[in-house]
Amino acid sequence: MKLLYFAWVRERVGKPQEDVELPAGVATVGDLMAWLAKRGDEYAHAFENPKIIRAAIDRAHVRPDTAIAGAREIAFFPPMTGG
Amino acid sequence: MPATIRLQHEPFDTAAETAALTRGRTDIGAVVAFTGICRGAEDGAPIAALTLEHYPGMAEAEIARHVEEAQSRWGLLGVTVIHRYGRIAPGEPIVLVLAASSHRQDAFAAAEFLMDFLKTRAPFWKQVEAAGSTSWVDAKQSDDSAAERWREPPPRRRDAAE
Repeated sequence: MKLLYFAWVRERVGKPQEDVELPAGVATVGDLMAWLAKRGDEYAHAFENPKIIRAAIDRAHVRPDTAIAGAREIAFFPPMTGG
Repeated sequence: MPATIRLQHEPFDTAAETAALTRGRTDIGAVVAFTGICRGAEDGAPIAALTLEHYPGMAEAEIARHVEEAQSRWGLLGVTVIHRYGRIAPGEPIVLVLAASSHRQDAFAAAEFLMDFLKTRAPFWKQVEAAGSTSWVDAKQSDDSAAERWREPPPRRRDAAE
């Protein structure tokens, strides 16, 4: 599965994107953030407060309880500050 | 009704975009243009520049979704949204929203609606460059509140007297 990171999530993780093989049991966006947070210090830092991290599946906003089955691309980023 | 949606690094010309939107049209009676401009100071401290990061693909899609919603809520005859990315200096434009309608109320409302959602839902992030260091701009609660108030559909006002 392709993961994308933006803004300070990207800076903390240290890369803009990566492909990962997910273990069984990672079913939702929230599960994925919890799994990522255990992958190392940089991930723990990026996902230390998952409540403020926003997510998108295949370029549409989703909530943490959304199932990730069938997703091609999942992105994580801070609250948006455009306009 | 086709809409123009562009993401670009280059500056834009509001007058030229307005002319392009209204050229040859006699049905349009109102165009509201909102231009967001990079301020030279944040919280009283001078800044050198803003750098806007975006999510290519999703940014266009998210703007298009909100343009479609605006088109369904108001009687629009044309919409243009241009959002810049990359490094932007104080005084330069960041974002343009043009909303055209036969009477002013729909154009005013749609332009405000689109800006409120660009602020809170379009995947862009501003980084401030000041005094040799950079920091990410925090999202504002006031922007969330501004977007939230559109969840109650307003009464349609397109037939109101001009």
